[in-house]
Amino acid sequence: MSDPKQIPEPPSPPSRRAFLRTSLALGGAVGTGAFAGKAAAVESKNLPPNVPEWSQGLGDGVVSRPYGRPSKFEADVIRRDVEWLTASRQSSVSFTPLHQLEGIITPNGLGFERHHGGIAEIDPAEHRLMIHGLVEKPLMLTLEDVRRFPRVNRIAFLECAANSGMEWKGAQLNGCQFTHGMVHCVMYTGVPLKLLLEEAGLKTNAKWLLPEGADAAAMTRSVPIEKALDDAMVAYAMNGEALYPEHGYPLRLVLPGWQGNMWVKWLRRIKVGDEPWHTREETSKYTALLPDGRARRFTWAMDAKSVITNPSPQAPMHHKGFTVLSGLAWSGRGKISQVDVSLDGGRNWRAARLDGPVLDKALTRFYYEFDWTGDPLLLQSRAVDETGYVQPTKAALRRHRGLNSIYHNNGIQTWHVLPSGEIENVEVA
Amino acid sequence: MSRSPNGIGAAVTAVLLAFASPAAAERLNIGRAASPEEIKGWDIDVRPDGQGLPVGKGTAALGETIFQERCASCHGEFGEGAGRWPELAGGAGTLKSDSPVKTVGSYWPYVSTVFDFVHRAMPFGAAQTLTPDETYSLTAYLLYLNDILKDQDFEVNEKNLATIRLPNEKNFFMDDRETAEKEFWTAKPCMTDCLPKEATITGRARILDVTPDKASEKAKESPPVQ
Ligand code: HEC
Repeated sequence: MSDPKQIPEPPSPPSRRAFLRTSLALGGAVGTGAFAGKAAAVESKNLPPNVPEWSQGLGDGVVSRPYGRPSKFEADVIRRDVEWLTASRQSSVSFTPLHQLEGIITPNGLGFERHHGGIAEIDPAEHRLMIHGLVEKPLMLTLEDVRRFPRVNRIAFLECAANSGMEWKGAQLNGCQFTHGMVHCVMYTGVPLKLLLEEAGLKTNAKWLLPEGADAAAMTRSVPIEKALDDAMVAYAMNGEALYPEHGYPLRLVLPGWQGNMWVKWLRRIKVGDEPWHTREETSKYTALLPDGRARRFTWAMDAKSVITNPSPQAPMHHKGFTVLSGLAWSGRGKISQVDVSLDGGRNWRAARLDGPVLDKALTRFYYEFDWTGDPLLLQSRAVDETGYVQPTKAALRRHRGLNSIYHNNGIQTWHVLPSGEIENVEVA
Repeated sequence: MSRSPNGIGAAVTAVLLAFASPAAAERLNIGRAASPEEIKGWDIDVRPDGQGLPVGKGTAALGETIFQERCASCHGEFGEGAGRWPELAGGAGTLKSDSPVKTVGSYWPYVSTVFDFVHRAMPFGAAQTLTPDETYSLTAYLLYLNDILKDQDFEVNEKNLATIRLPNEKNFFMDDRETAEKEFWTAKPCMTDCLPKEATITGRARILDVTPDKASEKAKESPPVQ
C-alpha cells in the first residue's frame, strides 16, 4: 500500500486571474517568482515602524522539527497531478513545480513521480539485489553489500519520455509544472554498475541487461551493455540522503541522459542476456508511432530541451520595468552549450546567460534580463547542446513525427505575456 | 585475503578513472552466490524467442472465464476497456489514422510480451498471483479477442507460444533520430529575422484548456499520460 502522505492532495489552486487582480491592486507590493503569493496585509502590525511579533517572543526550540520542512508560508510549493488523466493514482504521474524552484537541484520531496503499481514501501533489511544470467557467478547482494562497493557521486537530470506529451496536438496545459514538470535533477550517490557486473563476471556473449523493480509493476526494461559499462549507476542516495520511497528506496538504476522509464526504481534484479526482451514498456509504450504507421523503438537518449520557468502561466508578471527571466535547459547527449531567448515568438533571439554549474546531462539554469514595457510578449527559449543539436520548433518536430508519437516532445515552448501580466500557453507560426 | 590493500585500491582507482574501459577488474568478494532456487523464484522474464516461458498450457475458452473474473472489471468484457482503464483489443487498421488505437492486436510486436506482462503485473493490485496455466489461457484469450487466434480451444503452451506472430511486428524499427532528424544538428541557429513576418498566435491553451483547476468535461476526454 502506498502511504497517502507521499502524494499530497493538491489544495484547490487559487484562481490565477483573481490572484493577479489582488496583487496588481496592491501596487505590486508582493514578491514575485518563487516567493509570490504570500502578500502581507497592508496594515500589519509586523511592518515598519512597528516591531514584528517574531522579534519579541521566542520561537520553537531545536528538534521541534527533527526532520526539517519548508516554512508554512511555502505550502503551495508541491507536486501536483492532473487527476482525470489516469484511471488510478497507483499508475499515474505527479509534476515537479518547476516555476517555484531555483538553481538546478530539485529538493527530494518535489521531484515528479511516475509509478506503475504505486509506491513500494520496502524494508531495506528484506531487500536483495540479484545479478544473474550470462555471468560467471550469480550474485545475491544485501544493501549493506552494495554500500561496501566504491562510491561515486553524480548530478543528473531524469526526464520522463512522456514529458510534454500532452502538447503534441496543440497547447493544452497552462503551467510549466504540467507542460514540463516530468523532469528533476538531483545528485546521486551509488556504485558504478560496471563494478557490480564485474563482481558477477560478465560472460563474453553478455550484450543486454534486464533491470527489474520490486514494486507491484515489476518494471523491466532492456538496457544495452555499452550503457551499463559506461556511466550507469546503482544509486542508494539522492541529494545526500537515502532515496525517498517514491524514487525507488532503497535502490534505483541511474542512466544519465536516458528516458526516465528505464531508471528502474526499487531495483531487485539484473539479468544479463544476449538479446533485448521487448518488455511491455518498450513495445506497447515508449515507442514512437509515426504517421506512416511505423514505430521507432529504443529511443533512449533525451533530446536537448529548455523551458522558461519564470515568468510562466503559474508565475505571472507583476512589474513593468526590470525583469529577470529564468529557465532550465538540458540534454541527454551532453552539456548545454548555449541557450537563446526570444521575446517575439522566435523571430529574433538573444543569448541567455548560463549561471551555476553547466554539467553533462544535468539541468542547466539560464537567465535573461530585460525591461518589460507592458506590451504583449511571446516568450521562447531554445537550447543547443555540445553535439550541435538545436532544440527544434514544434512545427519542425511535427514534420518529422506527426501528432501521435506521444514521447520525446522537446519542441520550443511559447508563453504569451498579456499586458495584464497574465501568461498563457500558446502556439505560434 | 590474497591481495595487498594497495592492489585493491589501485584496481578500484583504475576502474573509476577509466569508467568506460573494458578493464578486467579483480573481484572485491562482496556478497554471496545466488542459489538456483532463489534465482528460480524471481526469474520471471520471457523473451520473444520463448526463452523464459514456464512449462504450462491454456486455451482461450479457459481464459475467458478467468478474464471475466479477474480482468473484465477494468478492461471490459471484451477487452474494450472500462472507463479510462486500458483497452486490450481492437484498433486493427487505425495506426495511420488521426486517432490510432494501440492494443495487443493492433500494435504489440510480440506475444511473449503479453505473457510476460500479464504474469508480472496483472491483475492490477494482485501481481504475480496467476499460475503459468492461467497466464497461457489469458494470453490465448487476448489473442482470440484480437482475432489472432480463431479457435478458442487451440492449446497455447511453452513450445508454441513464440511461433504465434503478431501482425505489427515488422513495423518497429531501431531509433534513427540521429540520421532521420539530422537537420536538427545545425549547431549555429538563426538569431535575427528568423520568421518572414511577425509571429502570430495559432493556438492557445485557453481554448483547449485542460488546466486542472478549470478542467471542462470535454477536456476530460483528452488522451491519458503514457
Ligand atoms: C484494477 C484494474 C485492473 C484489473 C483488474 C486488471 N488490469 Fe490490466 N491494466 C490495468 C492498468 C492500470 C494497466 C496499466 C498499468 C501501467 O500503467 O503500467 C493495465 C495494463 C494491462 C495490459 C497492458 C495494456 C497495454 O496496452 O499496454 C494488459 C495486457 C493487461 N492489463 C491485462 C490484464 C489481465 C489479463 C488482467 C486479468 C488477469 C488484468 N489486466 C486485470 C488495470 C487492471
